[in-house]
Amino acid sequence: MSGILVVFEQRAGKIARINWEALAAAQRLGDPASITVAILGAQTESPAAEIAAKAPGKVLRVEHPLLAQYTADGFCLSLEQLIRSETPACVVVPHTYQVRDYAPALAARFGQVLIGDVTGIGEGPVFTRQLMQGRLNGNYRHTGNGTCFVSVQAGAFPAQTTPAASAAEIATFTPTLDPAQIRTRPGEPFRAAAQAVDLSSAQMIVGVGRGIKAQENIPLVQALATALGAELAASRPICDNGWLPMERQVGSSGQTVAPKLYLAAGISGAIQHLVGMKASQCIVAINKDPEAPIFEVADYGIVGDVMEVVPAITEAVKAAKQ
Amino acid sequence: MKIIVAIKQVPDRDAQVRIDAAGKWIEESDLQYALNEPDAYALEEALLLKEKSAAADGEVIVLSAGPERVGTTIREALAKGADRAIHILSDDLGSSDALGVARLLAAAARQENPDLILTGLQSEDLGLGQTGVIVAELLGLPHATLILHIEKTETGLEVKRELEEGWFQTIQLPTPAVLTIQSGGSKLRYATLMGIKRAKLKEVKQLAAVDLAPATSPVVVLEQIALPRKQKSTQMLTGTPKEAAAALVEKLRTEAHVL
Repeated sequence: MSGILVVFEQRAGKIARINWEALAAAQRLGDPASITVAILGAQTESPAAEIAAKAPGKVLRVEHPLLAQYTADGFCLSLEQLIRSETPACVVVPHTYQVRDYAPALAARFGQVLIGDVTGIGEGPVFTRQLMQGRLNGNYRHTGNGTCFVSVQAGAFPAQTTPAASAAEIATFTPTLDPAQIRTRPGEPFRAAAQAVDLSSAQMIVGVGRGIKAQENIPLVQALATALGAELAASRPICDNGWLPMERQVGSSGQTVAPKLYLAAGISGAIQHLVGMKASQCIVAINKDPEAPIFEVADYGIVGDVMEVVPAITEAVKAAKQ
Repeated sequence: MKIIVAIKQVPDRDAQVRIDAAGKWIEESDLQYALNEPDAYALEEALLLKEKSAAADGEVIVLSAGPERVGTTIREALAKGADRAIHILSDDLGSSDALGVARLLAAAARQENPDLILTGLQSEDLGLGQTGVIVAELLGLPHATLILHIEKTETGLEVKRELEEGWFQTIQLPTPAVLTIQSGGSKLRYATLMGIKRAKLKEVKQLAAVDLAPATSPVVVLEQIALPRKQKSTQMLTGTPKEAAAALVEKLRTEAHVL
Protein backbone atom coordinates (compact mmCIF):
# COMPACT_ATOMS: atom_id res chain seq x y z
CA MET A 1 0.00 0.00 0.00
CA SER A 2 1.37 3.36 -0.97
CA GLY A 3 0.39 6.70 -2.38
CA ILE A 4 -2.45 9.05 -1.54
CA LEU A 5 -5.85 9.20 -3.17
CA VAL A 6 -7.70 12.52 -3.07
CA VAL A 7 -11.35 12.44 -4.11
CA PHE A 8 -12.57 15.74 -5.55
CA GLU A 9 -16.19 16.78 -5.59
CA GLN A 10 -17.72 18.50 -8.59
CA ARG A 11 -20.96 20.41 -8.70
CA ALA A 12 -22.17 20.72 -12.27
CA GLY A 13 -18.56 20.54 -13.44
CA LYS A 14 -17.36 23.17 -10.95
CA ILE A 15 -14.57 22.46 -8.47
CA ALA A 16 -14.97 24.34 -5.17
CA ARG A 17 -11.95 25.70 -3.28
CA ILE A 18 -12.24 23.10 -0.49
CA ASN A 19 -11.08 20.43 -2.97
CA TRP A 20 -7.79 22.25 -3.53
CA GLU A 21 -7.47 22.56 0.23
CA ALA A 22 -7.85 18.77 0.52
CA LEU A 23 -5.09 18.40 -2.08
CA ALA A 24 -2.89 20.76 -0.05
CA ALA A 25 -3.53 18.63 3.05
CA ALA A 26 -2.62 15.48 1.10
CA GLN A 27 0.72 17.02 0.19
CA ARG A 28 1.58 17.16 3.87
CA LEU A 29 1.13 13.39 4.08
CA GLY A 30 3.43 12.25 1.34
CA ASP A 31 5.32 12.81 -1.86
CA PRO A 32 3.22 15.07 -4.16
CA ALA A 33 4.11 12.85 -7.11
CA SER A 34 2.39 9.92 -5.36
CA ILE A 35 -0.96 11.74 -5.20
CA THR A 36 -3.81 10.60 -7.41
CA VAL A 37 -6.85 12.85 -7.68
CA ALA A 38 -10.11 11.08 -8.54
CA ILE A 39 -13.14 12.87 -9.94
CA LEU A 40 -16.45 11.00 -10.17
CA GLY A 41 -19.32 11.59 -12.56
CA ALA A 42 -20.99 10.61 -15.80
CA GLN A 43 -18.84 13.12 -17.68
CA THR A 44 -15.62 14.30 -16.12
CA GLU A 45 -13.51 15.44 -19.05
CA SER A 46 -13.53 19.15 -18.33
CA PRO A 47 -13.09 19.03 -14.51
CA ALA A 48 -10.35 16.41 -15.00
CA ALA A 49 -8.48 18.76 -17.34
CA GLU A 50 -8.83 21.60 -14.83
CA ILE A 51 -7.44 19.40 -12.05
CA ALA A 52 -4.60 18.02 -14.20
CA ALA A 53 -3.28 21.55 -14.81
CA LYS A 54 -2.70 22.04 -11.07
CA ALA A 55 -2.34 18.55 -9.58
CA PRO A 56 1.16 17.19 -9.03
CA GLY A 57 0.55 13.46 -9.65
CA LYS A 58 -2.10 11.61 -11.59
CA VAL A 59 -5.78 12.34 -12.31
CA LEU A 60 -8.32 9.55 -12.55
CA ARG A 61 -11.67 10.03 -14.25
CA VAL A 62 -14.06 7.65 -12.49
CA GLU A 63 -16.85 7.58 -15.02
CA HIS A 64 -20.16 5.77 -15.22
CA PRO A 65 -23.65 6.82 -16.38
CA LEU A 66 -24.96 5.87 -12.91
CA LEU A 67 -22.69 8.51 -11.37
CA ALA A 68 -24.51 11.36 -13.16
CA GLN A 69 -26.16 12.23 -9.86
CA TYR A 70 -24.59 11.70 -6.47
CA THR A 71 -25.84 8.70 -4.50
CA ALA A 72 -24.13 7.18 -1.47
CA ASP A 73 -24.42 3.72 -3.04
CA GLY A 74 -22.92 4.78 -6.38
CA PHE A 75 -20.02 6.58 -4.73
CA CYS A 76 -19.29 3.87 -2.14
CA LEU A 77 -19.29 1.10 -4.75
CA SER A 78 -17.14 3.04 -7.23
CA LEU A 79 -14.65 4.22 -4.64
CA GLU A 80 -14.48 0.80 -3.01
CA GLN A 81 -13.43 -0.68 -6.38
CA LEU A 82 -11.00 2.16 -7.01
CA ILE A 83 -9.36 1.82 -3.59
CA ARG A 84 -9.03 -1.96 -3.97
CA SER A 85 -7.34 -1.36 -7.31
CA GLU A 86 -5.07 1.56 -6.28
CA THR A 87 -4.43 0.42 -2.66
CA PRO A 88 -3.54 3.91 -1.37
CA ALA A 89 -2.05 4.32 2.10
CA CYS A 90 -4.29 7.31 2.63
CA VAL A 91 -7.56 8.68 1.22
CA VAL A 92 -8.12 12.43 1.65
CA VAL A 93 -11.47 14.09 0.95
CA PRO A 94 -12.97 17.56 1.56
CA HIS A 95 -15.37 17.64 4.53
CA THR A 96 -18.55 18.49 2.62
CA TYR A 97 -22.16 17.38 3.10
CA GLN A 98 -21.60 14.83 0.33
CA VAL A 99 -18.53 13.39 2.04
CA ARG A 100 -20.39 13.23 5.35
CA ASP A 101 -23.01 11.15 3.52
CA TYR A 102 -20.76 8.47 2.00
CA ALA A 103 -17.24 8.52 3.53
CA PRO A 104 -18.08 6.95 6.93
CA ALA A 105 -19.71 3.99 5.12
CA LEU A 106 -16.84 3.69 2.65
CA ALA A 107 -14.25 3.62 5.45
CA ALA A 108 -16.31 1.04 7.39
CA ARG A 109 -16.30 -1.17 4.29
CA PHE A 110 -12.52 -1.44 4.80
CA GLY A 111 -12.82 -1.88 8.57
CA GLN A 112 -11.61 1.70 8.92
CA VAL A 113 -12.90 4.88 10.54
CA LEU A 114 -12.84 8.27 8.83
CA ILE A 115 -10.86 10.88 10.76
CA GLY A 116 -13.31 13.61 9.89
CA ASP A 117 -13.27 17.40 9.75
CA VAL A 118 -9.52 17.65 10.30
CA THR A 119 -8.09 21.14 10.94
CA GLY A 120 -4.40 20.29 11.28
CA ILE A 121 -1.85 17.61 10.44
CA GLY A 122 1.24 17.22 12.62
CA GLU A 123 4.23 14.89 12.75
CA GLY A 124 3.28 11.25 13.03
CA PRO A 125 0.95 11.96 11.37
CA VAL A 126 -1.29 13.27 14.12
CA PHE A 127 -4.63 14.65 12.96
CA THR A 128 -6.27 17.48 14.87
CA ARG A 129 -10.05 17.92 14.90
CA GLN A 130 -12.40 19.88 17.10
CA LEU A 131 -14.37 18.46 20.01
CA MET A 132 -17.15 19.82 22.23
CA GLN A 133 -18.38 22.31 19.61
CA GLY A 134 -14.94 23.84 19.21
CA ARG A 135 -14.19 24.23 22.91
CA LEU A 136 -11.42 21.61 22.69
CA ASN A 137 -9.08 20.13 20.10
CA GLY A 138 -8.47 16.41 19.87
CA ASN A 139 -5.36 14.78 18.43
CA TYR A 140 -6.08 11.53 16.61
CA ARG A 141 -3.78 8.84 15.31
CA HIS A 142 -4.53 6.06 12.83
CA THR A 143 -3.35 2.64 13.98
CA GLY A 144 -2.82 -0.58 12.09
CA ASN A 145 -1.86 -1.18 8.49
CA GLY A 146 -5.09 -0.35 6.66
CA THR A 147 -5.85 2.64 4.50
CA CYS A 148 -6.21 5.85 6.53
CA PHE A 149 -9.32 7.91 5.63
CA VAL A 150 -9.23 11.65 6.34
CA SER A 151 -11.59 14.53 5.57
CA VAL A 152 -10.43 18.12 5.90
CA GLN A 153 -12.33 21.14 7.11
CA ALA A 154 -13.01 24.09 4.82
CA GLY A 155 -10.41 26.82 5.23
CA ALA A 156 -8.00 24.75 7.35
CA PHE A 157 -5.30 24.23 4.72
CA PRO A 158 -4.37 27.03 2.30
CA ALA A 159 -5.22 25.92 -1.21
CA GLN A 160 -2.37 25.64 -3.67
CA THR A 161 -3.03 28.00 -6.53
CA THR A 162 0.04 27.78 -8.73
CA PRO A 163 -0.10 25.47 -11.74
CA ALA A 164 2.04 22.34 -11.66
CA ALA A 165 5.27 22.33 -13.70
CA SER A 166 3.73 19.92 -16.16
CA ALA A 167 0.13 18.77 -16.52
CA ALA A 168 -0.68 15.55 -14.68
CA GLU A 169 -1.42 12.37 -16.57
CA ILE A 170 -5.15 11.67 -16.95
CA ALA A 171 -6.48 8.11 -16.92
CA THR A 172 -9.97 6.65 -16.78
CA PHE A 173 -11.36 4.13 -14.30
CA THR A 174 -14.70 2.51 -15.11
CA PRO A 175 -16.41 1.05 -12.06
CA THR A 176 -18.81 -1.88 -12.37
CA LEU A 177 -22.22 -0.61 -11.32
CA ASP A 178 -25.69 -2.07 -11.71
CA PRO A 179 -28.83 0.11 -11.45
CA ALA A 180 -30.26 -2.32 -8.86
CA GLN A 181 -27.35 -1.51 -6.54
CA ILE A 182 -28.41 2.15 -6.27
CA ARG A 183 -31.09 2.06 -3.58
CA THR A 184 -31.84 5.77 -3.18
CA ARG A 185 -33.47 8.02 -5.77
CA PRO A 186 -32.30 11.61 -5.43
CA GLY A 187 -34.31 14.53 -6.77
CA GLU A 188 -32.93 17.74 -8.26
CA PRO A 189 -31.62 20.26 -5.70
CA PHE A 190 -34.01 23.14 -5.00
CA ARG A 191 -34.11 26.29 -2.92
CA ALA A 192 -36.89 26.72 -0.39
CA ALA A 193 -37.80 30.25 -1.35
CA ALA A 194 -36.17 33.25 -2.92
CA GLN A 195 -33.60 34.52 -0.41
CA ALA A 196 -35.18 37.79 0.66
CA VAL A 197 -32.19 38.72 2.77
CA ASP A 198 -28.73 38.80 1.22
CA LEU A 199 -26.45 39.01 4.22
CA SER A 200 -23.34 38.58 2.11
CA SER A 201 -23.50 42.19 0.91
CA ALA A 202 -24.04 43.68 4.39
CA GLN A 203 -21.27 45.97 5.67
CA MET A 204 -22.14 45.29 9.28
CA ILE A 205 -23.86 42.35 10.92
CA VAL A 206 -25.07 41.71 14.44
CA GLY A 207 -25.26 37.96 14.97
CA VAL A 208 -27.30 36.52 17.82
CA GLY A 209 -27.00 33.11 19.47
CA ARG A 210 -28.35 30.99 22.29
CA GLY A 211 -27.06 33.45 24.90
CA ILE A 212 -30.09 35.63 24.16
CA LYS A 213 -32.11 33.03 26.11
CA ALA A 214 -35.64 33.91 24.93
CA GLN A 215 -37.44 35.22 21.87
CA GLU A 216 -38.61 38.21 23.93
CA ASN A 217 -34.98 39.40 24.07
CA ILE A 218 -34.51 39.58 20.30
CA PRO A 219 -35.53 43.30 20.24
CA LEU A 220 -32.41 44.06 22.35
CA VAL A 221 -30.10 42.94 19.54
CA GLN A 222 -32.42 44.38 16.89
CA ALA A 223 -32.01 47.77 18.60
CA LEU A 224 -28.22 47.45 18.38
CA ALA A 225 -28.42 46.44 14.72
CA THR A 226 -30.63 49.46 14.02
CA ALA A 227 -28.28 51.82 15.87
CA LEU A 228 -25.32 50.51 13.84
CA GLY A 229 -27.22 50.34 10.56
CA ALA A 230 -26.40 46.62 10.55
CA GLU A 231 -28.26 43.53 9.38
CA LEU A 232 -29.44 41.10 12.02
CA ALA A 233 -28.23 37.50 11.67
CA ALA A 234 -28.29 34.39 13.86
CA SER A 235 -26.68 31.06 14.61
CA ARG A 236 -28.61 27.93 13.72
CA PRO A 237 -30.33 27.22 17.09
CA ILE A 238 -32.04 30.64 16.99
CA CYS A 239 -33.52 29.82 13.57
CA ASP A 240 -34.33 26.23 14.60
CA ASN A 241 -36.40 27.70 17.43
CA GLY A 242 -38.17 30.01 15.01
CA TRP A 243 -36.99 33.16 16.82
CA LEU A 244 -35.60 34.53 13.56
CA PRO A 245 -36.29 33.31 10.01
CA MET A 246 -33.95 30.68 8.49
CA GLU A 247 -32.84 33.17 5.84
CA ARG A 248 -30.97 35.09 8.54
CA GLN A 249 -28.83 32.10 9.47
CA VAL A 250 -25.05 32.43 9.16
CA GLY A 251 -22.94 29.28 9.02
CA SER A 252 -22.34 26.08 7.10
CA SER A 253 -26.04 25.47 6.54
CA GLY A 254 -26.85 29.17 6.06
CA GLN A 255 -25.09 32.11 4.47
CA THR A 256 -21.38 32.87 4.40
CA VAL A 257 -20.56 36.46 5.22
CA ALA A 258 -17.47 38.66 5.49
CA PRO A 259 -18.63 42.12 6.58
CA LYS A 260 -16.46 44.95 7.89
CA LEU A 261 -17.89 44.36 11.36
CA TYR A 262 -19.43 41.19 12.77
CA LEU A 263 -20.69 41.53 16.32
CA ALA A 264 -21.50 38.12 17.82
CA ALA A 265 -23.90 38.41 20.76
CA GLY A 266 -24.29 35.26 22.83
CA ILE A 267 -22.82 33.03 20.13
CA SER A 268 -20.49 30.37 21.56
CA GLY A 269 -18.73 29.84 18.23
CA ALA A 270 -19.34 26.26 17.15
CA ILE A 271 -17.45 25.50 13.96
CA GLN A 272 -20.68 25.38 11.94
CA HIS A 273 -21.14 29.08 12.72
CA LEU A 274 -17.48 30.11 12.52
CA VAL A 275 -17.04 28.86 8.95
CA GLY A 276 -19.78 31.29 7.93
CA MET A 277 -18.28 34.44 9.46
CA LYS A 278 -14.62 34.06 10.43
CA ALA A 279 -13.46 35.93 7.32
CA SER A 280 -15.10 39.10 8.67
CA GLN A 281 -12.72 42.05 8.85
CA CYS A 282 -13.40 42.87 12.50
CA ILE A 283 -15.10 40.49 14.91
CA VAL A 284 -16.53 41.48 18.27
CA ALA A 285 -17.66 38.75 20.67
CA ILE A 286 -19.88 39.10 23.71
CA ASN A 287 -20.32 35.96 25.77
CA LYS A 288 -20.73 35.01 29.41
CA ASP A 289 -18.23 32.14 29.07
CA PRO A 290 -14.64 33.47 28.84
CA GLU A 291 -13.59 30.18 27.23
CA ALA A 292 -16.21 30.23 24.48
CA PRO A 293 -14.52 29.40 21.14
CA ILE A 294 -15.90 32.60 19.57
CA PHE A 295 -13.15 34.49 21.43
CA GLU A 296 -10.54 32.56 19.45
CA VAL A 297 -11.49 34.43 16.30
CA ALA A 298 -12.52 37.74 17.89
CA ASP A 299 -10.59 41.01 17.68
CA TYR A 300 -12.46 42.46 20.64
CA GLY A 301 -14.17 40.54 23.41
CA ILE A 302 -16.43 41.38 26.30
CA VAL A 303 -17.17 38.73 28.90
CA GLY A 304 -20.61 39.39 30.31
CA ASP A 305 -24.36 38.98 30.15
CA VAL A 306 -25.63 39.73 26.65
CA MET A 307 -28.78 41.27 28.10
CA GLU A 308 -26.71 43.88 29.94
CA VAL A 309 -23.82 44.42 27.54
CA VAL A 310 -25.80 44.73 24.29
CA PRO A 311 -28.05 47.61 25.47
CA ALA A 312 -24.93 49.37 26.82
CA ILE A 313 -23.27 49.11 23.39
CA THR A 314 -26.47 50.37 21.72
CA GLU A 315 -26.36 53.46 23.94
CA ALA A 316 -22.63 53.99 23.31
CA VAL A 317 -23.14 53.72 19.53
CA LYS A 318 -26.01 56.20 19.63
CA ALA A 319 -23.92 58.61 21.73
CA ALA A 320 -20.98 58.30 19.32
CA LYS A 321 -23.17 59.02 16.32
CA GLN A 322 -24.62 62.23 17.75
CA MET B 1 -43.92 1.02 11.58
CA LYS B 2 -41.26 0.04 14.07
CA ILE B 3 -38.77 2.86 14.54
CA ILE B 4 -35.52 2.76 16.50
CA VAL B 5 -34.07 6.10 17.58
CA ALA B 6 -30.40 5.95 18.56
CA ILE B 7 -29.68 8.65 21.14
CA LYS B 8 -26.57 9.77 22.98
CA GLN B 9 -26.06 11.32 26.37
CA VAL B 10 -23.57 14.19 26.10
CA PRO B 11 -22.12 16.77 28.52
CA ASP B 12 -24.57 19.63 28.98
CA ARG B 13 -23.88 22.54 26.65
CA ASP B 14 -23.35 24.94 29.56
CA ALA B 15 -21.25 22.55 31.64
CA GLN B 16 -17.76 23.69 32.58
CA VAL B 17 -15.30 21.60 30.62
CA ARG B 18 -12.00 20.69 32.29
CA ILE B 19 -9.29 18.51 30.78
CA ASP B 20 -8.52 15.47 32.95
CA ALA B 21 -5.11 14.74 34.46
CA ALA B 22 -4.11 12.33 31.69
CA GLY B 23 -5.02 14.92 29.03
CA LYS B 24 -7.02 12.30 27.17
CA TRP B 25 -10.57 13.32 28.01
CA ILE B 26 -12.55 15.77 30.11
CA GLU B 27 -13.07 15.50 33.86
CA GLU B 28 -16.33 13.56 34.18
CA SER B 29 -16.94 13.85 37.91
CA ASP B 30 -19.77 16.29 38.70
CA LEU B 31 -20.35 16.92 34.99
CA GLN B 32 -23.96 17.66 33.99
CA TYR B 33 -25.31 15.55 31.12
CA ALA B 34 -28.13 16.03 28.62
CA LEU B 35 -29.73 14.45 25.57
CA ASN B 36 -27.72 15.26 22.44
CA GLU B 37 -29.84 17.90 20.72
CA PRO B 38 -29.75 16.49 17.16
CA ASP B 39 -30.93 13.18 18.67
CA ALA B 40 -33.84 15.04 20.28
CA TYR B 41 -34.86 16.09 16.76
CA ALA B 42 -34.53 12.46 15.59
CA LEU B 43 -36.83 11.39 18.43
CA GLU B 44 -39.28 14.13 17.51
CA GLU B 45 -39.43 12.93 13.87
CA ALA B 46 -40.01 9.36 15.06
CA LEU B 47 -42.86 10.40 17.37
CA LEU B 48 -44.44 12.50 14.60
CA LEU B 49 -44.27 9.56 12.16
CA LYS B 50 -45.94 7.28 14.69
CA GLU B 51 -48.65 9.83 15.47
CA LYS B 52 -49.39 10.48 11.78
CA SER B 53 -49.68 6.79 10.99
CA ALA B 54 -53.13 5.23 10.92
CA ALA B 55 -51.70 1.82 11.80
CA ALA B 56 -52.00 0.94 15.47
CA ASP B 57 -48.83 -1.14 15.55
CA GLY B 58 -46.44 1.82 15.42
CA GLU B 59 -43.65 1.66 17.94
CA VAL B 60 -40.77 3.99 18.86
CA ILE B 61 -37.82 2.31 20.58
CA VAL B 62 -35.01 4.36 22.05
CA LEU B 63 -31.52 2.84 21.82
CA SER B 64 -28.52 4.17 23.69
CA ALA B 65 -25.08 2.94 24.71
CA GLY B 66 -23.09 4.02 27.74
CA PRO B 67 -22.70 3.64 31.49
CA GLU B 68 -25.52 3.60 34.11
CA ARG B 69 -25.89 7.41 34.03
CA VAL B 70 -27.29 7.17 30.48
CA GLY B 71 -30.46 5.80 32.12
CA THR B 72 -31.62 9.32 33.02
CA THR B 73 -31.45 10.44 29.38
CA ILE B 74 -33.29 7.29 28.30
CA ARG B 75 -36.09 8.07 30.83
CA GLU B 76 -36.28 11.59 29.40
CA ALA B 77 -36.85 10.16 25.91
CA LEU B 78 -39.48 7.76 27.27
CA ALA B 79 -41.18 10.68 29.01
CA LYS B 80 -41.41 12.49 25.67
CA GLY B 81 -43.30 9.55 24.24
CA ALA B 82 -41.02 6.69 23.17
CA ASP B 83 -42.61 3.32 23.91
CA ARG B 84 -39.66 1.40 25.28
CA ALA B 85 -35.89 1.47 25.39
CA ILE B 86 -32.74 -0.59 24.99
CA HIS B 87 -29.70 0.39 27.04
CA ILE B 88 -26.36 -1.09 25.96
CA LEU B 89 -24.33 -1.04 29.15
CA SER B 90 -20.68 -0.15 28.67
CA ASP B 91 -18.27 1.74 30.88
CA ASP B 92 -15.47 2.12 28.38
CA LEU B 93 -17.04 3.45 25.18
CA GLY B 94 -14.53 6.27 25.34
CA SER B 95 -11.81 3.88 24.19
CA SER B 96 -13.86 2.72 21.18
CA ASP B 97 -13.84 4.43 17.82
CA ALA B 98 -16.98 5.22 15.79
CA LEU B 99 -16.92 1.75 14.24
CA GLY B 100 -16.79 0.08 17.66
CA VAL B 101 -19.81 2.02 18.91
CA ALA B 102 -21.72 1.49 15.66
CA ARG B 103 -21.11 -2.27 15.88
CA LEU B 104 -22.85 -2.33 19.28
CA LEU B 105 -25.79 -0.24 18.08
CA ALA B 106 -26.15 -2.30 14.90
CA ALA B 107 -26.10 -5.58 16.82
CA ALA B 108 -28.84 -4.38 19.18
CA ALA B 109 -30.91 -2.93 16.32
CA ARG B 110 -30.63 -6.17 14.32
CA GLN B 111 -32.42 -8.07 17.09
CA GLU B 112 -35.44 -5.76 16.69
CA ASN B 113 -35.73 -5.91 12.91
CA PRO B 114 -36.96 -2.30 12.64
CA ASP B 115 -38.49 -0.56 9.60
CA LEU B 116 -36.55 2.61 10.26
CA ILE B 117 -33.55 3.71 12.32
CA LEU B 118 -33.15 7.42 13.10
CA THR B 119 -30.39 9.29 14.85
CA GLY B 120 -29.11 12.86 15.07
CA LEU B 121 -26.65 13.95 12.40
CA GLN B 122 -23.86 14.35 14.95
CA SER B 123 -23.13 14.50 18.65
CA GLU B 124 -22.40 17.69 20.53
CA ASP B 125 -19.34 16.23 22.26
CA LEU B 126 -17.26 14.26 19.73
CA GLY B 127 -19.05 15.68 16.69
CA LEU B 128 -18.02 12.77 14.49
CA GLY B 129 -21.28 12.72 12.52
CA GLN B 130 -20.65 9.15 11.42
CA THR B 131 -22.46 6.72 13.69
CA GLY B 132 -25.75 6.58 11.77
CA VAL B 133 -24.05 6.09 8.40
CA ILE B 134 -21.81 3.31 9.74
CA VAL B 135 -24.80 1.55 11.35
CA ALA B 136 -26.50 1.58 7.92
CA GLU B 137 -23.38 0.11 6.33
CA LEU B 138 -23.08 -2.63 8.97
CA LEU B 139 -26.74 -3.57 8.60
CA GLY B 140 -26.63 -3.40 4.79
CA LEU B 141 -29.40 -0.78 4.74
CA PRO B 142 -29.79 2.30 2.51
CA HIS B 143 -29.33 5.63 4.26
CA ALA B 144 -29.70 9.36 3.85
CA THR B 145 -28.16 12.10 5.98
CA LEU B 146 -29.08 15.63 7.11
CA ILE B 147 -32.80 14.92 6.88
CA LEU B 148 -35.34 17.59 7.86
CA HIS B 149 -38.61 15.88 6.99
CA ILE B 150 -39.85 12.31 6.50
CA GLU B 151 -42.94 11.23 4.59
CA LYS B 152 -44.10 7.64 4.32
CA THR B 153 -44.96 6.52 0.77
CA GLU B 154 -46.44 3.36 -0.76
CA THR B 155 -43.00 1.89 -1.41
CA GLY B 156 -40.89 3.39 1.35
CA LEU B 157 -39.96 6.91 2.30
CA GLU B 158 -39.65 10.34 0.79
CA VAL B 159 -37.27 12.56 2.75
CA LYS B 160 -36.12 16.16 2.55
CA ARG B 161 -32.34 16.42 2.71
CA GLU B 162 -30.46 19.62 3.48
CA LEU B 163 -27.63 20.53 1.13
CA GLU B 164 -25.16 23.34 1.61
CA GLU B 165 -25.91 27.08 1.33
CA GLY B 166 -29.68 26.91 1.59
CA TRP B 167 -30.31 24.17 -0.97
CA PHE B 168 -32.44 21.08 -0.42
CA GLN B 169 -33.17 17.82 -2.19
CA THR B 170 -35.89 15.21 -2.04
CA ILE B 171 -34.75 11.59 -1.84
CA GLN B 172 -36.83 8.44 -2.19
CA LEU B 173 -35.62 5.28 -0.56
CA PRO B 174 -37.03 1.91 0.41
CA THR B 175 -37.44 0.67 3.99
CA PRO B 176 -35.85 -0.57 6.12
CA ALA B 177 -33.49 2.41 6.09
CA VAL B 178 -31.33 4.59 8.30
CA LEU B 179 -31.72 8.38 8.41
CA THR B 180 -29.63 10.95 10.25
CA ILE B 181 -31.69 13.96 11.28
CA GLN B 182 -30.71 17.62 11.00
CA SER B 183 -31.97 19.99 13.69
CA GLY B 184 -34.81 22.42 13.11
CA GLY B 185 -37.15 20.25 11.01
CA SER B 186 -39.85 20.31 13.70
CA LYS B 187 -40.36 22.02 17.00
CA LEU B 188 -39.19 19.89 19.93
CA ARG B 189 -41.81 18.79 22.42
CA TYR B 190 -41.43 18.87 26.18
CA ALA B 191 -42.19 15.92 28.40
CA THR B 192 -45.55 16.34 30.11
CA LEU B 193 -46.09 15.51 33.78
CA MET B 194 -48.16 12.53 32.68
CA GLY B 195 -45.37 11.50 30.29
CA ILE B 196 -42.81 11.58 33.09
CA LYS B 197 -45.09 9.40 35.26
CA ARG B 198 -45.68 6.91 32.47
CA ALA B 199 -41.97 6.73 31.62
CA LYS B 200 -41.27 5.12 34.98
CA LEU B 201 -43.36 2.11 33.98
CA LYS B 202 -41.95 1.65 30.49
CA GLU B 203 -39.58 -1.17 29.66
CA VAL B 204 -35.82 -0.48 29.54
CA LYS B 205 -34.02 -3.58 28.35
CA GLN B 206 -30.39 -3.68 29.44
CA LEU B 207 -27.88 -5.46 27.23
CA ALA B 208 -24.23 -5.99 28.07
CA ALA B 209 -21.89 -4.65 25.39
CA VAL B 210 -19.73 -7.78 25.60
CA ASP B 211 -22.72 -9.94 24.62
CA LEU B 212 -23.47 -7.89 21.49
CA ALA B 213 -20.18 -7.62 19.67
CA PRO B 214 -16.69 -8.93 20.36
CA ALA B 215 -14.37 -6.21 21.60
CA THR B 216 -12.04 -5.06 18.84
CA SER B 217 -9.14 -2.67 19.11
CA PRO B 218 -9.87 0.76 17.64
CA VAL B 219 -8.30 1.77 14.31
CA VAL B 220 -8.45 5.43 15.22
CA VAL B 221 -7.30 6.61 18.64
CA LEU B 222 -7.88 9.92 20.39
CA GLU B 223 -4.46 10.44 21.94
CA GLN B 224 -4.71 13.81 23.56
CA ILE B 225 -7.05 16.74 24.01
CA ALA B 226 -6.07 20.36 24.44
CA LEU B 227 -7.48 23.87 24.51
CA PRO B 228 -7.48 25.36 21.01
CA ARG B 229 -4.84 27.88 20.09
CA LYS B 230 -6.14 31.35 19.49
CA GLN B 231 -6.31 32.38 15.85
CA LYS B 232 -6.27 36.08 16.66
CA SER B 233 -5.05 38.11 19.61
CA THR B 234 -8.26 39.23 21.21
CA GLN B 235 -8.39 42.47 23.17
CA MET B 236 -10.63 41.79 26.15
CA LEU B 237 -12.54 44.85 27.31
CA THR B 238 -13.34 44.86 30.99
CA GLY B 239 -15.24 46.94 33.51
CA THR B 240 -18.95 47.47 33.94
CA PRO B 241 -21.11 46.83 30.86
CA LYS B 242 -21.23 50.59 30.33
CA GLU B 243 -17.45 50.98 30.56
CA ALA B 244 -16.76 47.98 28.31
CA ALA B 245 -19.30 49.26 25.75
CA ALA B 246 -17.74 52.72 25.69
CA ALA B 247 -14.25 51.24 25.26
CA LEU B 248 -15.49 49.00 22.46
CA VAL B 249 -17.11 51.82 20.48
CA GLU B 250 -13.97 53.92 20.89
CA LYS B 251 -11.80 51.07 19.56
CA LEU B 252 -14.15 50.35 16.66
CA ARG B 253 -13.87 54.02 15.66
CA THR B 254 -10.21 54.79 16.19
CA GLU B 255 -8.46 51.42 15.92
CA ALA B 256 -10.52 49.18 13.66
CA HIS B 257 -12.02 52.09 11.70
CA VAL B 258 -15.29 50.28 11.11
CA LEU B 259 -17.63 52.85 12.65
